[in-house]
Amino acid sequence: MSPAEIVVAPNDGSYLIDGYELVCGLEVHVELATATKLFSASANRFGDEPNTHIDPVTLGLPGALPVLNRHAVELAMRIGLALNCTVQPSTFHRKNYFYPDMPKAYQISQYDQPINVDGWLELPGGKRIGVERAHLEEDTGKSTHVGGTGGRIHGSDHSLIDFNRAGVPLVEIVGRPDIASPDEAKQYVTELRQILVAVGASDAKMEEGSMRCDANVSVRKPGAPLGTRCEIKNVNSVRSLGRAIEYEARRQIALIEAGESIRQETRHWDETDGRTHTLRTKEDADDYRYFLEPDLVPLDPGTEWIEAVRAALPMLPRERRLRLSQATGAPADGEAVMVVVERGQDDYVLAVAESGADVARALVHVKEAYAEQGARPSVPAADLARMIVMETSGKLTSTQAKTVLAELVANGGGDAVAIAAAKGFEAMDVSALEAIVDDAIAAQPDAWAKYCAGEEKAMGALVGAIMKASKGKADGKAVTALLQSKRG
Amino acid sequence: MSATPSTAFEIAAAVRAGSVRAIDVLEAHLGRIAARETDIHAFNLVTADEARAAATRIDDLVAAGRDPGPLAGVPIALKDNMCTRGVPTTCSSRILEGWKPPYDATVVSRLAAMGAVSVGKTNLDEFAMGSSTENSAFGVTLNPRDTSRVAGGSSGGSAAAVAAAFAPVSLGSDTGGSIRQPAALCGVVGVKPTYGTVSRYGLVAFASSLDQIGPFSADVRDSALILESISGHDPLDSTSIPQGPLDLLSVLDHDVKGMRIGRITDMPEGADPDVLGRLEAAFDALRAAGATIVDVELPSLKYGLTAYYLIAPAEASSNLARYDGVRYGRRVDAVDTNSMYMATRAAGFGDEVKRRIMLGTYALSAGYYDAYYGKALKVRRLISDDFARAYATADVLLTPTSPIPAFKVGEKADDPLSMYLCDVYTIPTNLAGHPAMSVPFGDSREGLPIGVQVMASTLGEQSMFKVASALERHMNSSGGRS
Repeated sequence: MSPAEIVVAPNDGSYLIDGYELVCGLEVHVELATATKLFSASANRFGDEPNTHIDPVTLGLPGALPVLNRHAVELAMRIGLALNCTVQPSTFHRKNYFYPDMPKAYQISQYDQPINVDGWLELPGGKRIGVERAHLEEDTGKSTHVGGTGGRIHGSDHSLIDFNRAGVPLVEIVGRPDIASPDEAKQYVTELRQILVAVGASDAKMEEGSMRCDANVSVRKPGAPLGTRCEIKNVNSVRSLGRAIEYEARRQIALIEAGESIRQETRHWDETDGRTHTLRTKEDADDYRYFLEPDLVPLDPGTEWIEAVRAALPMLPRERRLRLSQATGAPADGEAVMVVVERGQDDYVLAVAESGADVARALVHVKEAYAEQGARPSVPAADLARMIVMETSGKLTSTQAKTVLAELVANGGGDAVAIAAAKGFEAMDVSALEAIVDDAIAAQPDAWAKYCAGEEKAMGALVGAIMKASKGKADGKAVTALLQSKRG
Repeated sequence: MSATPSTAFEIAAAVRAGSVRAIDVLEAHLGRIAARETDIHAFNLVTADEARAAATRIDDLVAAGRDPGPLAGVPIALKDNMCTRGVPTTCSSRILEGWKPPYDATVVSRLAAMGAVSVGKTNLDEFAMGSSTENSAFGVTLNPRDTSRVAGGSSGGSAAAVAAAFAPVSLGSDTGGSIRQPAALCGVVGVKPTYGTVSRYGLVAFASSLDQIGPFSADVRDSALILESISGHDPLDSTSIPQGPLDLLSVLDHDVKGMRIGRITDMPEGADPDVLGRLEAAFDALRAAGATIVDVELPSLKYGLTAYYLIAPAEASSNLARYDGVRYGRRVDAVDTNSMYMATRAAGFGDEVKRRIMLGTYALSAGYYDAYYGKALKVRRLISDDFARAYATADVLLTPTSPIPAFKVGEKADDPLSMYLCDVYTIPTNLAGHPAMSVPFGDSREGLPIGVQVMASTLGEQSMFKVASALERHMNSSGGRS
């Protein structure tokens, strides 16, 4: 092999658009699942009547002072530790800017000393995406602009503000620009979401806004210096994230190819037209005049607390996928394992296996039939195990097994033997099946001849007749095997 | 029934003992307010009806054989930057006109729980920014000792209320001298305690890292009583020191024999000769009482004023950003949100407040932060270091409170810089978070009161009160002339 044939693959060569690499880093905000707000005792609850979870601190009334929520600190540490960060002593700053839904006209956030730094998240395929920091900050209220166009404040007649969300604790997870494709971005957010749910830090629902994702996107020719980046906001689902990043990359490439330059700016993803639009340019950026929040003292959780939080961390999705993969033989990044672990049903699958069922069948059934079930499925593990044992011992065909399982799921459990009996799913013995097969061959000599001549399609007519004659009790696999053996 | 007692200490004792009724004490004070308030303008609001109801409740408790608390029936005036539930709290600013807080400041609820009776909200420089109370949107407070002169500021109303005996005690807030300077100008005692000893919850913020609530009173003992009552940890203020109330009354009788009184050899110059004369008299009195006078150097003290006028406005620019017309207080409608902000703030704030918001915004701006705010923080640290060295050899330091006695109304109103110089001796303790208090120590040749400032290190209130008490004993024994 000559040296010329050795190609050094940029981004491991997996993703190039028109010869350009994508460089993407994600900033993810998650609302923490605390009972109360970050700095006051008002409830942290989504979806209630507007302005029912407010107090002097939330409204920024004169004289009100923030008091840090200990549970929010604990959840932030869980996130940091799950993302392999260093948890360190930290401080709070004020980020000053005017906006009607920002009650104090400053946001209390962490600036140069965040609580979590220097971690990473491992994608299911093994690639690590760096995490620069994961810091605590408070959410703003929510504005609804009435009149005008597009729900924007500009041109609206008036605005309504709901301060229920103001002061809700957030952790902002700032990823390094290690993401090289829209698919990696989707994997990152999906994996992050699972980690957040697993550690009990957030329900992390993008659709409800409890997890919000901004993407910094730039492109470059392989080996070239970093390009100018644009920040994409208003991405409200994992699917949109992939679309928005790809659109933005292509937009930037088109500009470069046309000889134009990229302007550093914040852009708004529009789900309806599938494009990004300028929101504000760098020149319009606020000067936030950060300074140390004098109403709070430095936060030093101390080694003991940090280690207690670390020790209490649950098993993370990646470890759980490995565990399930080893138990079932299914690949760790395969669909079944990914889906079941994402739903949090892996413990259940293992419990079904412990009750004596084949673990691989358990995985398949749970993946197929439990889409609507949460981490604690309603069917007792022993009930599902019993059904699987019937199936693997040949007492139920796979079609019958699905029917019984549907019944179990609908009833939240039950005796699989009784359900099968009630449906007339008694096992068909081999001699009875052979008689039916012989009858079918005799009744359709043409089909049999074609099948014997190697025309596999002809088997369909025979199988159909056999299934009909057995009233669906025949196992499809057994029928196929019999026909093949008779053909010789 | 005995004659109405005059100090808070005596009033509480008499009311608790049932020898005097709270309502009678209150009426005596309301009577003085009725007689003189129009000449003084100490108050933005006198809450006579609420006070009468509170005093009656105290008397009912006493009649029922129950103890209304250590401040039973003590009338108290509150600076109008402390939140009072359902009672207007204006900060002497048009921008908060008509706003009624839905909650009480921690100091307000503590005082009420101890049986004190609030008589009203006192005037101040708008948002506590000033040294003469001339920056109030509702008119100047005049000095009860000479009504052609200012009462000082920013807590001028609270100082004047005590000087005019409208209340035996009052509360002020001190960010750079706003309790001590008006105390000195009005001839009363005023205390700024250690940062974090009194809760700031419900105190409308000017500069959060400097603000501290403290008492005014006619004598040292009453300030000790009030400070004991309002100090102690508050979980609602994260900067509150986690410890119980200060123990002060028990040390007032202690003598100062063997105490080391620091004289700052490189003190900022420019004080009036009468003021310096009274300071010398104070050193003499303490020496005569058995204390030792030691020389200390604080070379960075001279930068204190400059650092303060960067740090305090910087914090203020952020603290006052919430007055945007959106949720409460004044709103001036305009075509869009930004125009509404500008119209509201232009109409709602006075000149001094606007000046400091602009100063502070500038000091924090990108490109200027390091040169201004950042450098000021370094000076703040240097001043703390200087103090630490000084307090290694001295228990307390003595300085003038104000470089000059009370000045004429309007004399400095158009000269912000000379006004700022009023706080040259008081500002450094705020930067360090230390306690300091002003004690009346005689008069100028013109007959205007002069205060001496006693400063101490963090939580050095006991030493400070011992020395203040000794100075007061000296004045009492010399019949007002030392």
